[in-house]
Amino acid sequence: MSVLTLDTASRWYGNVVAVNGISMSVRPGVTGLLGPNGAGKTTLIALMAGFLAPSAGTVTLDGEPVWRHTDAYRTIGLVPERELSFGYLTGRQFVRANAELHGLVEPGASTERALATVEMVEPAERRIGTYSKGMRQRVKLASALVHDPAVLLLDEPFNGVDPRQRLHLMTLLRQMGVEGRTVLFSSHILEEVEQVARQIEVVVSGRHAASGDFGQIRRLMTDRPVQYVVVCDDDRGLAGALIAEPSVVAVSLRRGGGVEVSVSDFGSFAVRLPVVARGHGIRILELTPTDESLESVFAYLVGG
Amino acid sequence: MNTTILRLSAQALLGRRRGVVLVLIPAVLVVLAVVVSILTDDEIGYESVANLGFTLALPLVALLAATAVLGPEVDDGSIVYLLSKPVSRHVIARSKYAVAWAATMVLGALPLLVVGLVLDASEPRQALAWGLGAAVAGTAYTALFLGLAAVTRHAVVIGLLFVLIWEGVLGTAFAGVRWAAIGGWGREVAGEISPLVPVVGTGLTYAVVAAAFVSVGSLWFTGDRLRSFTLRGDE
Repeated sequence: MSVLTLDTASRWYGNVVAVNGISMSVRPGVTGLLGPNGAGKTTLIALMAGFLAPSAGTVTLDGEPVWRHTDAYRTIGLVPERELSFGYLTGRQFVRANAELHGLVEPGASTERALATVEMVEPAERRIGTYSKGMRQRVKLASALVHDPAVLLLDEPFNGVDPRQRLHLMTLLRQMGVEGRTVLFSSHILEEVEQVARQIEVVVSGRHAASGDFGQIRRLMTDRPVQYVVVCDDDRGLAGALIAEPSVVAVSLRRGGGVEVSVSDFGSFAVRLPVVARGHGIRILELTPTDESLESVFAYLVGG
Repeated sequence: MNTTILRLSAQALLGRRRGVVLVLIPAVLVVLAVVVSILTDDEIGYESVANLGFTLALPLVALLAATAVLGPEVDDGSIVYLLSKPVSRHVIARSKYAVAWAATMVLGALPLLVVGLVLDASEPRQALAWGLGAAVAGTAYTALFLGLAAVTRHAVVIGLLFVLIWEGVLGTAFAGVRWAAIGGWGREVAGEISPLVPVVGTGLTYAVVAAAFVSVGSLWFTGDRLRSFTLRGDE
């Protein structure tokens, strides 16, 4: 049972702050590191994996700093986002080389076990250069699992992986969490994270925006006011009718036509809108969310 | 030394296009020696080919070999797969060096011995001198270029500038440069073995100590740089 701890860890490059005063403990089980692209997820994983020195604060594994601590890799398995450039090796040769570098007593047996875990035994004799993205991802995972690590760090492991393989990878991660390993993976897709992780850490613009059970995070994200534009045949009529609805927080008229509606509870709004429109004899032509992007969700979280 | 890293480095060296270029350089040199030995039999031909081999082919082979075993992995970040292991970074540096050094000896120093024998079979001592001098210079060149590959992704360009500008142009124009020119140290060793090889005048002891200092220092530096290897995201 290993615990990775970040204590007000920051990392900056010149004037650019990549990670800003983040404190978190990554414990046994699966933790999802969620954030939009450019949020600092890769920097955080590099800090946790000992491939980046914190500019301030500390990053420790079971109390020991990980930076310049080679022995930490007996405990850590790392699946970087970086592509494998060992295209001239077969999958089996690559995983076996990893087993040998770990100084395992039976590198051959460990290689086969790791390949079997990720269902890559059959194509293991082919060169990595001929693999699909999903296969390369699984070989990377096999190479990180070959020494049976207590801590597994994965940077965007589902990127470019087809749905079937994604499901398999998700099952594997969940299983490793159940086995008591400390598993942390990063993603910019909420649905992906909540399918695998109970614990979610959200980072936005290098800051720790939220932390907790996926249910809490999901509520935070879905309970925020959401903006919609409704195009209909009577803007003023609809605006007047909607402002009386408890699920509606604000209404305004757009210059070019249409009604902007700020909704606090989308579930009730979705049910009430057609009822209200029909009651007032108004015809709805279009309903468009204006800020459904993940970035806007994250921006809301950071804003509080 | 780590046998797995030795094996992977050798595969990286031979499995890429660079491996072909590495073999082409000594091949061209030997062919040139054969052509020169057929067309002329005077000293100028011998000296020109040996000089070309010593000042250009040897450092070029060392540069290509040293950067091939480390450069691409550092450039694309895939060295992280080797470094995320409980293996001493100095052992990784030494293992990679061993492979690049072996390539420099076989494809850089040995061809100079062969070229010497092709050009004048009656003077095996002179050929041996060029070969051993090249071995000493090649040892230092390889370590220096490996250190360069660990610190910058422009190692090939900087290495070429070092060989062509510093050791080539400036080395010819200013006598003082010989104290800091690896090629000159190799010549000093060669001159000690055969008086037919012109020396630069730093003295044998200085040449050997300087070559050893650069080799050991660069190798330690490479290991230390690998200890501080930083993985940066695309973000």
